[in-house]
Amino acid sequence: MSSDAPVAEIPGDTRRDRIVDDLRVHLGASLLDSLVKPGDDVWVRVEASAWRRAGEVLRHDMGFDYFCFLSAIDWLPSPYGKGEDDPTEPPPERDDTIRQGYAGGQTRLQLLARVVSSTDHIGVNVKCDVSDADPSVESWIPVYAGANWHERETHEMFGIGFAGHPDLRNMYLPTEFEGHPLRKDFPLLARMVKPWPGIVDVEPLPGGGDDEEGEGE
Amino acid sequence: MNALLAADLPYWAQSLLRVLGGVVAVLLPAGTIVYVFLFKMMSFMQSRLGPMEAGPYGSLQLFAEVGKWLQKEDITPERADRFIFKIAPLVVLTSTFLLVAVVPFGPDAWFTNFEAGVFYMLAVSSVSVLGILIAGWSSANKYSLLGGLRAAGQLIAYELPMVLAVVGVIIQAGTMNLQEIVVSQNAGEIFGWNGLGNPFLLTQIIGFVIFMIAVQAELTQTPFDMPIAESELVSGYMTEYSGFRFLTFFIAEFATAGVFSLIASVLFLGGWGIPFSWFGWSGIDDVDNWMNVVGPLIMVTKMLLLSFVIMWVRFSYPRFREDQLQRFAWKVLVPVSLVNIMVTAILKVAF
Amino acid sequence: MTSTESLLDRRQMAYIAAQASDARVNVELETEGMTLNIGPQHPATHGTLRIIARLDGEQVVWAEPSCGYMHRGYEKLTEVRTYPQVTALINRIDWLGSFANEVPFILAAEKLMGIEAPPRAQWIRTILFELSRIANVSLFLGDLGVQLGAVTPVFMAFRDREYVLNLIEGATGGRFHPNFDRIGGLKDDLPAGFIDETRVVMKKLRNFCDEIENLLFGNEIFQSRTRGIGVIPKDIALQYGLSGANLRASGVDWDLRRDQRLPMAWDKIDWKVWTHPDGDSFARCWIRLQEVRESTRIVDQLLDGIPSGPVMAKVPRIIKVPEGEAWVSTENPLGEMGYYVVSKGELGPFRTKIRSASFNNISIVPWVLKGVYVPDIITILASLYFILGDIDR
Repeated sequence: MSSDAPVAEIPGDTRRDRIVDDLRVHLGASLLDSLVKPGDDVWVRVEASAWRRAGEVLRHDMGFDYFCFLSAIDWLPSPYGKGEDDPTEPPPERDDTIRQGYAGGQTRLQLLARVVSSTDHIGVNVKCDVSDADPSVESWIPVYAGANWHERETHEMFGIGFAGHPDLRNMYLPTEFEGHPLRKDFPLLARMVKPWPGIVDVEPLPGGGDDEEGEGE
Repeated sequence: MNALLAADLPYWAQSLLRVLGGVVAVLLPAGTIVYVFLFKMMSFMQSRLGPMEAGPYGSLQLFAEVGKWLQKEDITPERADRFIFKIAPLVVLTSTFLLVAVVPFGPDAWFTNFEAGVFYMLAVSSVSVLGILIAGWSSANKYSLLGGLRAAGQLIAYELPMVLAVVGVIIQAGTMNLQEIVVSQNAGEIFGWNGLGNPFLLTQIIGFVIFMIAVQAELTQTPFDMPIAESELVSGYMTEYSGFRFLTFFIAEFATAGVFSLIASVLFLGGWGIPFSWFGWSGIDDVDNWMNVVGPLIMVTKMLLLSFVIMWVRFSYPRFREDQLQRFAWKVLVPVSLVNIMVTAILKVAF
Repeated sequence: MTSTESLLDRRQMAYIAAQASDARVNVELETEGMTLNIGPQHPATHGTLRIIARLDGEQVVWAEPSCGYMHRGYEKLTEVRTYPQVTALINRIDWLGSFANEVPFILAAEKLMGIEAPPRAQWIRTILFELSRIANVSLFLGDLGVQLGAVTPVFMAFRDREYVLNLIEGATGGRFHPNFDRIGGLKDDLPAGFIDETRVVMKKLRNFCDEIENLLFGNEIFQSRTRGIGVIPKDIALQYGLSGANLRASGVDWDLRRDQRLPMAWDKIDWKVWTHPDGDSFARCWIRLQEVRESTRIVDQLLDGIPSGPVMAKVPRIIKVPEGEAWVSTENPLGEMGYYVVSKGELGPFRTKIRSASFNNISIVPWVLKGVYVPDIITILASLYFILGDIDR
């Protein structure tokens, strides 16, 4: 009931390269881009129309049977910065060009899922562009049943729809909540209500102002 | 001294004494069990001290607790069946008082000397089920309802092994009078040797074990506490009770534990008596009057001993599941007790 | 109206009446299901998880957890924090094993920066990681008893967990939320006497494990309550992303401490990964018991071989993490806990996906609760072992 298997020799590039090659064989042109970091991780980007197909290929044909997580990334730089702006000043100029990360991309919203093989413990990060106009892909539930809650969460937080999901109810927020909190253009209200004091770590006493110290008590 | 104890009291005084005695006989075991076992013994078993502040070694904690419960608001849920909800704890407590009425504490220290005592005892002990069931139903709470139904199912399942376990004692003693059962144990002899009397514990050990298991279930103590089940049903039928009514349930729970220990000691451990041969008594009429004082003390000792076992099991075991309990009751306890009755009857005829 | 017609009418009326009365009897006899709300305030949900169960008698027809009562929005909050500030937040995810939450995030940041903590820091990290596992899982072992109705084990668990918390407090200054891990190493070295003290405590913890094994795991009632209850087969467990002891109890031999290369000290010592083929509640509990034992052994070995040297690598005062993406996960007390950190070369992360173990572990609940009895809901929830902060983040 126990095992003393030695530390698995982590395969180098060849194994990870082969993953990408296999995926290209199965998915063809739907595999848009890939990145292999030797000894570290694999990133692939597929077309939105091939999202479920990619899941099926990974699970059934390539043995990635462990579903790790599914989420999304909003590549839009936050229009609010870190929420540290002084509201009395005009808003500062910000670079709002969208730069996608590993394995590239064309859209602002990207799906990100990670599946792992339970035998050789190598994972693949699968990315997928979803269009701003109709952010929707096919659900992964028929492939990985555990995607259910992750898709609900992603739907709630990013507003990405999943066709074929049985119930995309909100998990955390009230049903009538408007907006998608993890999108970058959704302001962090706590920082908006009261401006972040920034590097000032001690607030002046209310009414204290310029008065001489040691006067009261 | 003897004259005082044997004094002829008028009927009203005797009745008053018995009522007071009954109250003491119910509340004293409850208080003792709660303090000695629930507060202290449980704490020591769990590597902690238990209450230490109220009185020496926390001995007055009980009064503090009672005071606390009495101060609390008596809440009735809005949709509860108010009348039934309110009387349910009293029904449970009443069953305890009815139970103690047949327990003999000494040669003359009994509340009522009832010929069919065992029969009566088994009958009224199931009245508490009624209280629990109506408490669960009237609370207008799903947890309470589940708890009440579990209690009903469980207590019915355990009534039978309890009855069957006692049948062995009845066969051996040849009577259903609890007083005579005590006498027959203390006046008895084991193959001609009467140094110990003949406590039925020795001959009815199977019956005793089954009886104690059934008592454990009857009291809804762990491992049979599914009707209460804090972690599942949030105290089951007691969920909606607060203040005085919860206190009543609480007292009834531990008072019943005490009373059942008393009954078990009467049925199996020789009750109030000491082996009659020690003092050369041959029957109930020879017993000296001082036994009316010593008898209750012996009873309390035996009660503490048996309650200790009940509580020990309670603190150590996890809880059965309802269906496992039913299976255990019907497939193990009932057949074993039937075999026990058969063997007892055959041996009774043989010797 | 002719007589035949009226006769027909009357017959018809009688027939309809009979049907109606039949229907009424049927309606009266038909039992209705009951919806039971377990939580948000319920002793078995240790926190504010709510489980809506549709019951037929005591049998669960359908059950669905409803979480989010404790959602704190950490993924959003990390976007406005700097890297060193984030550890104060993620401490609160799995609050029983806080230190273990910090490690994968710090490792992810280090991976992006291309630095590694000095060996001594790695070993101390591993020691504290295992101590927080012990603190977490030993409480699970006690709590398990309470869920099944045995009150005593939880007090033993609290008693012995206290020693471990004292150790963590001695080393880090915080009992629950150490916030001790820094990018590039640790805030401080170990205090004097820590090693001797830890050895004594590890011995106590092994005794505690024996006690629990005798008191609980050897108990017939405990076994009958847990064996064969809530069986999760291997492929289902993998599909749902179960991790940690839950996955190993389904017979998958996979431990992230052993199966991936991390700058930690696990690969430098000799230890064992426990698996169990059954996949039921008993297996999950048993695996956790063995893991506490194994952790005490790991800590003992680490104490023997702890290297000397600094506990902090050379890092700039103001930490800027280069642009990139990194995924690091570790085998936390509850299972696989990972952070997908996206950096844009600024002071704080651009996006952090927090992959917490309990979220996946609990997502299997609707599947596994089908057809069980109400008491088994409690057993299964207890054996899956979740912490609310870890579900809701």
